[in-house]
Amino acid sequence: MSPDLVKFIFGRLTWEAIPLHEPILLGTFIVVALGGLTTLGLLTRYKLWGYLWREWLTSVDHKKIGVMYIILAIVMLLRGFADALMMRAQQAMAFGDNAGYLPSSHYDQIFTAHGVIMIFFVAMPLVTGLMNLAVPLQIGARDVAFPFLNNFSFWMTVGGAVTVMLSLFVGEFARTGWLAYPPLSNLAYSPDVGVDYYIWALQIAGVGTTLSGINLVVTIIKMRAPGMSLMKMPVFTWTSLCTNVLIVATFPILTATLALLTADRYLYTNFFTNDFGGNPMMYVNLIWIWGHPEVYILILPAFGVFSEVVSTFCGKRLFGYSSMVYATVVITILSYLVWLHHFFTMGSGASVNSFFGITTMIISIPTGAKIFNWLFTMYRGRIRYEVPMLWTLGFMVTFVIGGMTGVLLAVPPADFVLHNSLFLIAHFHNVIIGGVVFGMFAGITYWFPKAFGFKLDPFWGKVSFWCWLVGFWVAFTPLYVLGLMGVTRRVSRFEDPSLQIWFVIAAIGAVIILGGIVAFIVQIVVSIRNREALRDETGDPWGGRTLEWSTSSPPPAYNFAFTPVVHQLDAWWDMKQRGYGRPTTGFIPIHMPANTGAGVILAGISTVLGFALIWHIWWLAAVSFVALVAAAIAHTFNFKRDYYIPAEEVVRVEDARTEALRSLT
Amino acid sequence: MRPKLLPSPRVLAPRVLARLALLPALLALGGCDWVVMNPSGDIATQQRDLIIVATVLMLLIIVPVIALTLFFAWKYRRSNEDAPYDPDWHHSTRLEIVIWAAPLVIITILGAVTWTSTHLLDPYRPLDRLAPGRSAQHVKPLKVQVVALDWKWLFIYPELGVATVNELAAPVDTPIDFQLTSSSVMNSFYVPALAGQIYAMPGMTTQLHAVINKPGTFDGFSANFSGAGFSHMRFKFHGMSQANFDRWAADVRKGDQRLDGPRYLVLEKPSEKAPVQKFASVDAGLFDKAVNRCVEPGKMCQHDMMRIDANGGLGMAGVYNVTTLEYDKRVRRGQGGGQEGGLRAFVAALCAPKPSEAR
Repeated sequence: MSPDLVKFIFGRLTWEAIPLHEPILLGTFIVVALGGLTTLGLLTRYKLWGYLWREWLTSVDHKKIGVMYIILAIVMLLRGFADALMMRAQQAMAFGDNAGYLPSSHYDQIFTAHGVIMIFFVAMPLVTGLMNLAVPLQIGARDVAFPFLNNFSFWMTVGGAVTVMLSLFVGEFARTGWLAYPPLSNLAYSPDVGVDYYIWALQIAGVGTTLSGINLVVTIIKMRAPGMSLMKMPVFTWTSLCTNVLIVATFPILTATLALLTADRYLYTNFFTNDFGGNPMMYVNLIWIWGHPEVYILILPAFGVFSEVVSTFCGKRLFGYSSMVYATVVITILSYLVWLHHFFTMGSGASVNSFFGITTMIISIPTGAKIFNWLFTMYRGRIRYEVPMLWTLGFMVTFVIGGMTGVLLAVPPADFVLHNSLFLIAHFHNVIIGGVVFGMFAGITYWFPKAFGFKLDPFWGKVSFWCWLVGFWVAFTPLYVLGLMGVTRRVSRFEDPSLQIWFVIAAIGAVIILGGIVAFIVQIVVSIRNREALRDETGDPWGGRTLEWSTSSPPPAYNFAFTPVVHQLDAWWDMKQRGYGRPTTGFIPIHMPANTGAGVILAGISTVLGFALIWHIWWLAAVSFVALVAAAIAHTFNFKRDYYIPAEEVVRVEDARTEALRSLT
Repeated sequence: MRPKLLPSPRVLAPRVLARLALLPALLALGGCDWVVMNPSGDIATQQRDLIIVATVLMLLIIVPVIALTLFFAWKYRRSNEDAPYDPDWHHSTRLEIVIWAAPLVIITILGAVTWTSTHLLDPYRPLDRLAPGRSAQHVKPLKVQVVALDWKWLFIYPELGVATVNELAAPVDTPIDFQLTSSSVMNSFYVPALAGQIYAMPGMTTQLHAVINKPGTFDGFSANFSGAGFSHMRFKFHGMSQANFDRWAADVRKGDQRLDGPRYLVLEKPSEKAPVQKFASVDAGLFDKAVNRCVEPGKMCQHDMMRIDANGGLGMAGVYNVTTLEYDKRVRRGQGGGQEGGLRAFVAALCAPKPSEAR
């Protein structure tokens, strides 16, 4: 074939893009491929394809989509954490003449991938997954407002994750840091496919995130059970509302910013170039106008989880519900006014720096109020040390330290010496691990029995918690110290041998955290095996307070046979106090949304489109773009959007529950 | 009378708090090799002090919170039947006021500290003191122009007419007036012993005023990731007595290397672990051209372009002024010449002097 034809067919893609010469990548690929083939083989052997397709992949049920989001997050956590271990190992080794085992071309991809994966494909799916799972149940709804959109959003997120994973085995990932600052990320300095993988992975996943944000905002605003006024919403629903408002308002900025960078890279425009009047600092501003609210997008739902957990396991109403709500709203608003604190060191004037420094500090006031509210919920409670409560206590002690170092970094002159240092790295891991990750583990343990009908094994849950807590402090205290020693981030080789001991301690901490992750997976396996012993028939294993605990575990497809009526905050607690009797007769057919494969198909085509654009395979890009539009239009002709669950079926399900509840007493 | 072995709790509490608050300060003094906590320049020292003040202020609230958390967690455990249980207690106006007011007070104080310190320690502000109690008024600052190159540092001393690569020297107790830019991507200039960092960015200048108070050799580096050679983008900063500095400058001047435009373009090519280089003389205006991205002969300087644009631009005529850029950053970065979409363009200078006329 002529080289022109090959170039036409494959674009930039050549055999050299396959990293056969990189033993680490080749090994990973073999393991991943074998794992994948085994899974596919087992699915075929046990004839599970049909079940998987009908019950899960095409499902529009918010509970199943929530579970799939969380599974995606855990799979990606393994990848992101493998990156973390590789970085810790490299930094623990590479001193003096020892160059470590990673060349900078590989190391630079790893720290970029670690950040991108952990934020976009671990933390975000965890948060979205939990919101999907719990919010409709908490507000007494049968599903989200736009069930198909929900399925589509999930698959777009998967499409983004697949794109990032592809870069491991076909080509390479960006070597720019997780926010890809130009000019480094622009064509002149990163001409290869790495940044294009970054852009398209985030753009594909970003569609999913934005749509899911719209979906949940509408769900919370429009679909609350009668009687549930805004100030009677559970706190987790409140924090979810604020998070989704933030998503809707900020993700378009990320999309636009990346689109401008895309234009620079594909159409040779000059938004962020050095020449022709381009302005790289514009990108830095724009990306952080999205980036700082993003931090609160992640932490607010975690705050919500802690609020639910602390009042449930203290057996007590949440202290200061209104101030909790106001604090959440204030944080939501203020999160837009602080973005410049990420680049005090780029020479903004003293007044501008002080303004953004002080607005940042002000956020600590509502955050502090929240901490106090949890504290006084514990006061005069009866605290049950189940695993979710352990995570919450671990959070309270860990997070305040992260908050303190955060306020310290908000003082511009202090930031001048701490910015870009490992102190900064320790700070944001302190709040993201101590806040978001602990919160998500608390939430998973808390709502797992609701989703599956049995609790998670508490022993392995405790092992996981202690490994994470101890591991976190062992891994990141040295980074605080190193930051005060003037050591900065993203360095792959060091000269000063006296620093080595700190990096070795940090690496040990990372291994302890690995123990926490392994224990979590063991916990799931053990719990599935012991599910009969751990089974909960009541639907309310923790003595819950909000509506999700009023239905069975797992809830029926329609969640509630009759929409509950809310009179009080903590509606389910109120119902229990007043001797609520579950209706056992008078069921009617229930109108439900129908499953559809359109989400999988659209996201699959989008991923192909992204791949074609990354590798400049223009014919494929054109074909897949046309296919995408055609498939979307074709979906509009699908009139089988809904169905009725017949009354007999509802009666059967509800009678079974009545029977199960009776056998308990 | 009962012998007083322990101070009463009311006396104890504030004292313990005060001691706890001193902890970071003690840590700072103890950790002698923690350069951020034990710097050698007045600006960095003030920044260190600010870290301690802010930390102590916040510990006033953090320590009680952690202590209360652990205390409540222990006291109200389910197995402790003696502890009161009040499942419906969920509101107390007085407590709510404290909850919001306590952080508010701390943040108000810290905000005031932030406002003043940010202005006083603004890197753009000329120094008014060399050290506590020593005015900087009558000391002439040393000007240093810094260019971040791939992946090394170029230091130009315009008053001395010399330049160095990966080595910076300055006399002690003399204000240093840095002007910084970058040739290609963003870097951050950071000498922890001297002062906080400031970004060096292409097409822009930033400033930093600082002073070194102790003689010695200190580490400097780029704190912002800038590509493959970033880890080795380090230099030594020498604080010297005035006499030693004069000797050092004379020594640099003795060399025969000259840094002019063409030499700069060679120097600018990406290289890792670049050795120290010294240039006995430098083209005047080289830094200015580096900032305005017109060291290459025939390329329009950014300030000219901006001036033309500010006056309404060249209209259609401006289009013909765009020339293909032969000077190609990618080739210089050793990333091959295979360009997609042809060569990048640039704006040709309108009345640039011929290279032979350029000085």
